[in-house]
Amino acid sequence: MKSPYPTWFFIPAGVFYLVLFLVPTIASFYFSLTRWTLFSVEFIGFDNFVRFFQEPQLVQGFINTFIYAFLTSGAKVVLGLLLGVFLSSQIIARGFLRSVVFFPVLVSVIGVGILFKVLMDPFDGPINEGLAAIGIDGPGWYTDPSLALVSVAIVDIWAGVGLATLIYIAGMVAIPQEYFEASKVDGASAWSTFRHITLPLLRPATVTVVLLSLIGGLRRFDLIWTMTGGGPGFSSDVLASVVYKQYQAGFFGLSTAGNVVLFVVVAAIIFPLSWWLNRKEDER
Amino acid sequence: MVPRTPRRSLVAIGAGGLALSLALAGCTAGGSDSDGGATSLTFLVDNGEATVATAQALVDAFVAENPDISIEVETRPQGADGDNVVKTRLATGEMDDIFQYNSGSLMQALSPDDTLVNLADEDYVGKFDDRFVQSVSTDDGLYGVPMGQSMAGAVIYNKDIYEQLGLEIPTTWDEFIANSEAIKQAGVAAPIVQTYGDTWTSQLFVLGDFNNVLAENPDWAEEYTNNEAKYVDEPALAGFEHLQEAFEKGLFNEDFASAKYADGVTMVATGAGAQYPILTFAAGQLMTTNPEAADVVGTFPLPGPDASTNGLTVWMPTNTVYIPKSTEGDKLEAAKKFLAFLTTPESCDIQSEANAPQGPFVVDGCELPDDVPAMVSDLQQYFDDGKTNLALEFLSPIKGPALEQITVAVGSGITSAADGAAQYDEDVKKQAQQLGIEGW
Repeated sequence: MKSPYPTWFFIPAGVFYLVLFLVPTIASFYFSLTRWTLFSVEFIGFDNFVRFFQEPQLVQGFINTFIYAFLTSGAKVVLGLLLGVFLSSQIIARGFLRSVVFFPVLVSVIGVGILFKVLMDPFDGPINEGLAAIGIDGPGWYTDPSLALVSVAIVDIWAGVGLATLIYIAGMVAIPQEYFEASKVDGASAWSTFRHITLPLLRPATVTVVLLSLIGGLRRFDLIWTMTGGGPGFSSDVLASVVYKQYQAGFFGLSTAGNVVLFVVVAAIIFPLSWWLNRKEDER
Repeated sequence: MVPRTPRRSLVAIGAGGLALSLALAGCTAGGSDSDGGATSLTFLVDNGEATVATAQALVDAFVAENPDISIEVETRPQGADGDNVVKTRLATGEMDDIFQYNSGSLMQALSPDDTLVNLADEDYVGKFDDRFVQSVSTDDGLYGVPMGQSMAGAVIYNKDIYEQLGLEIPTTWDEFIANSEAIKQAGVAAPIVQTYGDTWTSQLFVLGDFNNVLAENPDWAEEYTNNEAKYVDEPALAGFEHLQEAFEKGLFNEDFASAKYADGVTMVATGAGAQYPILTFAAGQLMTTNPEAADVVGTFPLPGPDASTNGLTVWMPTNTVYIPKSTEGDKLEAAKKFLAFLTTPESCDIQSEANAPQGPFVVDGCELPDDVPAMVSDLQQYFDDGKTNLALEFLSPIKGPALEQITVAVGSGITSAADGAAQYDEDVKKQAQQLGIEGW
């Protein structure tokens, strides 16, 4: 199709894209092949990548990234769907309840992290004090190495489920009422109505929620950094926090290489997944 | 190793990008101009309460004597975030006219020969302790002036608990463990305080053990810099092993995983904890939060295998003041004048007053006041007896950045001492390569 605009019309956007996106991307591929101190650059080929994959915490970081992404994404789909169905039914104070669920999305993630760090403090935190009041010995939420990542994931789910719910509500509203009336006439049970009408017709919403939350989970950094800093030790490190620590340490070439790895990993998961999810939709 | 080829233009692009992002983040570097004959400077310090108070007190006194110069104190974050601010500003030529930063290996990472003004020809350099000179020098120059005292990486302990239980100051590691077990038995306090809520505090078992490493092998630091001595081998492995042993024997405070540095100092001051391996700049924290315990909290060195070589691991002043190469003309003159002022006895008195001293001064003519906390006066004997050694970070330019995470992992029982030491050796290798040191 021929563009309705002359070439000059694209120049401002083109320059913007070139300077702020294309140049840094290409530069980062170059710098990932160097030992870079900000003061001098030394070309070292693929050494950074070799070193990056030898990082003791990296293997753990890789595994943690996937656990974190799939855990948060899965929980957001399930909880978002249930909340979406609940909040689009005829209940009292629906608008208010909807805004309550959405509220955490509006709060700064750093703020959420600091807040939950206080709430989840293993000794003076309100959560464990509350549990102690009913006779439960609360765990060391973010100090227990086996629990730290899961604790952050739980907070992530709390903070992010509002967006998933919103997408599902929009999806619910888009389903024509006639289908529900028809199923009622046919005497379908509530479960069959949900299983055979609501769920299939919510597929586009599900695809959106899965992709958004998976991308978000794979590159999540701010919440993990404020709550645990990747600790204790390296037990809640993910790819993004490993990269950040390399950058903090002044290993600019190495951390750029890490970012290239992160970019490739996210792309390698999201592109096929997106293609697969959307193709199945077309085939139906 | 591939030869080092500086590519200025590309560096400039990369650094320019960083400068842009800094500008976007709303950080503006100094750069106020001279107005009407008066020279105005900016002075960048970390945002630690004590650092800011000391810097401001010094500036006030200096400006009172030099009305034609005005200095504005600006702050930056501490820790690794602060390192980034300093490195980025130096690389882009946007550094303040004067700035405070660490000495030793952290200064070496700033490429001082390219970025800092050489002070080797200044008169006051002759007054500096030789070991301080070493910690702010490269082969080509001397770059820093101290703003503060030297200190020790040692165990601070509660003297009342020691007296109550009839314990002696330990001179070997085994005695230290025996004391700790006795304290545990008595149930009066947590035998050893650890505070992994501030991860940097976890490094002391390893860093503070360096006097014992040098006692075994006086050339260890040099061999380490030359890629010959490693942490996986004794004597350096001992620091990691001690940490693991203390954890496995259950000698830590219950909340070691979440407690913070300030909590740790308070625990020792109030007797909730008995012993806490930390840097003696904790005297500043102690005098802020628990001044009543000034005579209760004492210090002894981290003991090693041999009582006869028991001694302190000493840090040179970590608050050191530098002038970047980007400071020129009148500003450079004024900045040099300020640095000269910092080395006067008058300045040292102001420093002792603004913040509790943490150890002996490293400038001739500077004396500590008489009423220093016991934590600091306990150090004097070791200095007088010559039983001190410098910490590794002043003897070698290489310090691995991940040590604090590794020691938290070892101290929490996640990683064994041997694995932790091996991880740290890898970390050190990365840093050595980044610094471009021969033989890595």
